[in-house]
Amino acid sequence: MSRYTSATPADRAEMLAAIGVDSVADLFEQIPAPLRLSEPLALEDGLGEAEVYERLAALAARNADAEEEVCFVGAGMYDHYVPAIVDAIAQRSEFLTPYTPYQPEISQGGLQVMFEFQTAMSELTGLPVSNAGLYEGPSSVAAAGYLAMGATKRRRFVVSRGLHPHSRETLATYSVGYGAETVEVGLRDGETDGEALAAAVDAETAAVFLQSPNFLGAIERVEELGAAAKEHGALLVVACDPMTLGVLKPPGEQGADIALGEGQPLGNRLDFGGPSFGFFCAIEEQIRRMPGRIAGETDDVDGRRGFVLALQTREQHIRREKATHNICTAQALNALAAMIHLAWLGREGYRELGELLVRRTAYARERLAATPGVELLHEAPVARELAIRLGAPVEAVLAKVAAEHGIAAGYPLGREYAEYEDGLLVAITERRTRAQIDELAEALSVAIAAERQGVTA
Amino acid sequence: MALRETPMQAESVETIYEKSKPGRRAATLPDAEVPEAPLDELIPPELLRDEPPRLPEVAEPEIVRHYNRLSRRNFDLDSGFYPLGSCTMKHNPRLNERVAALPGHARLHPAQDPKRAQGALELMWLLQRSLAEICGLPHVSLQPSAGSHGELAGLLLTRAYHADRGEERSKVLAPDTSHGTNPASVTMGGYEAVKVATDERGGVDIDDLRAKVDEDVACLMLTNPNTLGLFDENIAEIAALIHAAGGTLYYDGANLNAIMGHSRPGDMGFDIVHVNLHKSFSQPHGGGGPGAGPIAVSERIEPYLPRPQVVRREGDNGHGPFYDLDLERPKSIGRLRGFQGNFGVFVRSYAYILSLGADGLAEASETAVLNANYLKARLAEGRAGERLPVAFDRHCMHEFVLSGRPMKRELGLATLDLAKRLLDFGFHPPTVYFPLLVEEALMIEPTETETKESLDAFADAIERILTEAEDDPGVAKNAPYTTPVRRLDEVKATRKPVLRQRLE
Repeated sequence: MSRYTSATPADRAEMLAAIGVDSVADLFEQIPAPLRLSEPLALEDGLGEAEVYERLAALAARNADAEEEVCFVGAGMYDHYVPAIVDAIAQRSEFLTPYTPYQPEISQGGLQVMFEFQTAMSELTGLPVSNAGLYEGPSSVAAAGYLAMGATKRRRFVVSRGLHPHSRETLATYSVGYGAETVEVGLRDGETDGEALAAAVDAETAAVFLQSPNFLGAIERVEELGAAAKEHGALLVVACDPMTLGVLKPPGEQGADIALGEGQPLGNRLDFGGPSFGFFCAIEEQIRRMPGRIAGETDDVDGRRGFVLALQTREQHIRREKATHNICTAQALNALAAMIHLAWLGREGYRELGELLVRRTAYARERLAATPGVELLHEAPVARELAIRLGAPVEAVLAKVAAEHGIAAGYPLGREYAEYEDGLLVAITERRTRAQIDELAEALSVAIAAERQGVTA
Repeated sequence: MALRETPMQAESVETIYEKSKPGRRAATLPDAEVPEAPLDELIPPELLRDEPPRLPEVAEPEIVRHYNRLSRRNFDLDSGFYPLGSCTMKHNPRLNERVAALPGHARLHPAQDPKRAQGALELMWLLQRSLAEICGLPHVSLQPSAGSHGELAGLLLTRAYHADRGEERSKVLAPDTSHGTNPASVTMGGYEAVKVATDERGGVDIDDLRAKVDEDVACLMLTNPNTLGLFDENIAEIAALIHAAGGTLYYDGANLNAIMGHSRPGDMGFDIVHVNLHKSFSQPHGGGGPGAGPIAVSERIEPYLPRPQVVRREGDNGHGPFYDLDLERPKSIGRLRGFQGNFGVFVRSYAYILSLGADGLAEASETAVLNANYLKARLAEGRAGERLPVAFDRHCMHEFVLSGRPMKRELGLATLDLAKRLLDFGFHPPTVYFPLLVEEALMIEPTETETKESLDAFADAIERILTEAEDDPGVAKNAPYTTPVRRLDEVKATRKPVLRQRLE
């Protein structure tokens, strides 16, 4: 008997008798003998709970996490403060352990959370319809591509180079499957090159993909850029950062047909990249092409208010090969965390947090621009992340700043953009204090000077 | 049946938005500590929002009370038996939650330099090796976020494999018993889905398969044991047929919980396997996610695996091994998502594998199969045996399918009615109306973590419901009575969708 099973030898004997076999091995005889393992798996034997804890704790100790390092790394996931009530509520068995709400009568809690979440996402993005959540940001971008192909019967995507590199690559991966081509439009002074975009969009274009703020932190002029999409009947898809929408004009007010993004900043931990959730909102016309679960309001037989999974005829378990997407998950627990975080912030707190990010980011930009060895990579408006150039090799400077100051200074742009080999992306959250920003500037200046000296010496 | 409204039914249902009052709040934010410049001096005014979104305005105590109240309107695995077929609702160990929450895991940034994330990368590598051993295939990618994501990955891998050999194939086969995700993934992968029939023993109809296999078949997707809970005895022949035609063989790992440590998909001839970490490896289902769907693949598929791939580089000069993210994969299909995958899920599942070990995993599958066959035997007795016959009468693996056809014909009770009546007895119903080829299907998967007592109680409840229906089928037809709400109008929700709160 292992730790999580409870069949005693007496239970087994009774159960086997009821089945009418002598041993459990008899039940496995339906597996042809050559396919039955004759040896145990080459894994360790099971460990006690304390031993497992120690093993995992030892692994965790070999990571430099945001608890011990001051984290200025963003690039899509951010070290925000997650309020204590998120953990307390999301760890409740009633939210943690159910399956997808296929039986709505006993799933009203989860379904209502989905409904509240959809309302919040719809409010944030300024679009009328939201689903209950997708895997994460980049695959949501790919899902928008699939929707756009279905909606326009066209197979060409025009994609800004300011879209997260992981989103661009995921879209390209999926496109090979569903048979679309992607065309990339470059950046100019940090922003998507409007002329190049207008030239790239044509009558075969299914969708135009933008991100604002883009990967370099620049707030895009979505409405202006999107005009080309409107002119040619392509869908305008805008990826956005949910922590900026208390301040920035929502995509829905700038002509977006679909607004989506990575949900991690809302109530979710960094978790080395997941699990988190993707949000996905659209205009009314696309409601029956939406991917994923959607909760809807209805009544029970006695007239009580209740919630169910709505529009299920879009989904794989009903439509099979004609489904709008193959997805089953709604990342429900992650979406719950987001909803609690948003309720905790509230209307005013959410706006204030957005303003706080903008002001601290402006301060950090000014402070870093005045730091010897540092230049701004672009001067476009920014909200919560900024791009700089360093006058010394970026990875070497980062290693020094981490080792000597315990600061993770940012994301090296050269990892994804060959043209910004000297670039560093610096992210600000409410956890990054003025003192930490000052220390970052100092540390960078010292490390750059040391690197330069090392080179000349 | 006399109806008296329960206290929970009498509660008025309010959303968090309806509890909102201007001026209330929970959050306290830090001071900006920097110059309070007007926003429109920092960002052009035309890019600023006019009105903040209408989020609720509620203080912390009411937020907690609201969501606690909502939580009580859910049924969950920690409260009772949840025999949902194909979903493997096994116990979710709390140890796994504890280790996943360690700051070294939970607050680790995904773009952290691999040198400073060695523990995380080693954990991923160890999980890859463990899953490779369990699946009997040499290589693993942890990237796919769910089973369906793994399926899409498998089809893209199949496409890349054929393309690399200069071939273009257009069809993907899957049995008529397959999960709905299979054909949906096939379409997303740009292939045409072709159904293969099921024979009278519940396995793949070999003649039908033979008739459909040709040079245009890219892949066969199979679940084994299948969704009827039966192991396909002809798997070796099936694999040989597909391989001879040049196709790949894909294993939908939803039912892996039946065979851990007893049989391996790789040994059966499969090229690509997805593993649902939220099924066999105890990641909590979260009310509909998150999970993860890593894939294990054969040598011939390995070059195309998604990037990045976690690799172990042997150290030299006395240094230990170094764990890294390998981005240089020239034949890779590319990324399927952001960053490295659902790492928090990997931590939980790795903790589970360490807890059970080789012996415990084998024992878990054994007990899952024992429990399923015992419950099947219990339900073959009495009224259930007459009204709910098993669809294919042989030993099952970890789950089995009953048909409600006689119950419907003789008592006028649909499977849905039985399912709804079970709610009043405190049970989550089995999966209903799936697989499609069984009329009025009930698909039952008890899992290994249930006691004999809970299996007996479930069988007794079915017997009582059938007995009661002989007197008055109306009782079940109008069920449930005790749940927070009673039967809901799903048609209305789709005809006139109300998908968000209306706000003033």
